[in-house]
Amino acid sequence: MRALQRNALLTATALALVAAPALAQDEKKEIQKYQQMLTEGSPVELFELQGEALWNKPQGPKNASLQKCDLGQGPGVVKRAYATMPRYFADADRVMDLETRLVHCMMTLQGRTFDEITKRVFGNADRPSEMELIVFYVVGQSRGVKMAAPVSHPKEKESVGLGKKIFFYRAGAWDFSCASCHGEEGKRIRMQDLPILSDPSGARSYATWPAYRVSNSGLHTMQWRINDCYRQMRFPEPNFTSEATVALTHYMAVVAKGEPYDGPGTKR
Amino acid sequence: MADPMKARASMKGDVAEIRVLMGHPMETGDRKGSDGKPIPRHFIQNVTVKLNGKTVVEGNISQAVSRNPVFSFRVKGAKAGDKVEISWLDNKGATNKTDAAIA
Repeated sequence: MRALQRNALLTATALALVAAPALAQDEKKEIQKYQQMLTEGSPVELFELQGEALWNKPQGPKNASLQKCDLGQGPGVVKRAYATMPRYFADADRVMDLETRLVHCMMTLQGRTFDEITKRVFGNADRPSEMELIVFYVVGQSRGVKMAAPVSHPKEKESVGLGKKIFFYRAGAWDFSCASCHGEEGKRIRMQDLPILSDPSGARSYATWPAYRVSNSGLHTMQWRINDCYRQMRFPEPNFTSEATVALTHYMAVVAKGEPYDGPGTKR
Repeated sequence: MADPMKARASMKGDVAEIRVLMGHPMETGDRKGSDGKPIPRHFIQNVTVKLNGKTVVEGNISQAVSRNPVFSFRVKGAKAGDKVEISWLDNKGATNKTDAAIA
């Protein structure tokens, strides 16, 4: 894959040198071709299998697996669960995204502590984290299912409203908000076109996260994505599974409503 | 936990297309770990594809292939329902295998 990547990059560079005038269109096509190649060689299914094994593995003081974890479709039902998250959970009396819910299940079913579970939530290429692998397994079970995060409970409405506010809230050292990059057409970071996440046109992007990133062989969850966006905006690091990160995810999920889920994605 | 493997096979016209994902670190031996010491070489050396028990592909690969390799093969003379078995052997003597029925 690295060889493929190198070739594609060389091709893209060569094209850019030769065909300077017709540049933009050709470059886009080349990038699309490259992304197609990445998807074909993606190892995400391997991570899903590893995640499934962790889901079924008895762990913690109670030596229990996550098989009874209720992701909103009933205890142990993983199929289609991610497409309807974040959502309100009566047993915890709060809106939870997938990671928050998994932490909740690990604490209640397995008897583990929050600190121990979240000690290493973002892994690396050599050793993905337990959280990342389980997330990949769960989201893979919603492939093809239309995104449908509910907004009926008052707390769900509150969460989406808060998420929208956060999306447009400018602050930090650079006075950035999510909308600074993801709020209008034609924005990009280096060669990466950025989707408008406050508009249904950006739905496809939301529906391909969590994702595997080829350039660093890393598995990335939605909590990581938000965390890293805030790092790039020079904000203080958001707390893992905080109300703010869940609300932001909730808002994006609701904007992406109806888009068939097509993840875990493969990004360059 | 051993890294998993996954195979898929289907008929494309009269040719069977076999695609296999192999979980493996594929260390080149050139990388250094966080302690500054080189990470030992660890890579798949040999890949074998069998069709109904008969070897149809036998290949040697090296550390030039990246982490978690993906391969696809085209095999003539196979038909739907045939059993494909893919196995590998790495430089430390470890092996793994998986199988799939051609769809």
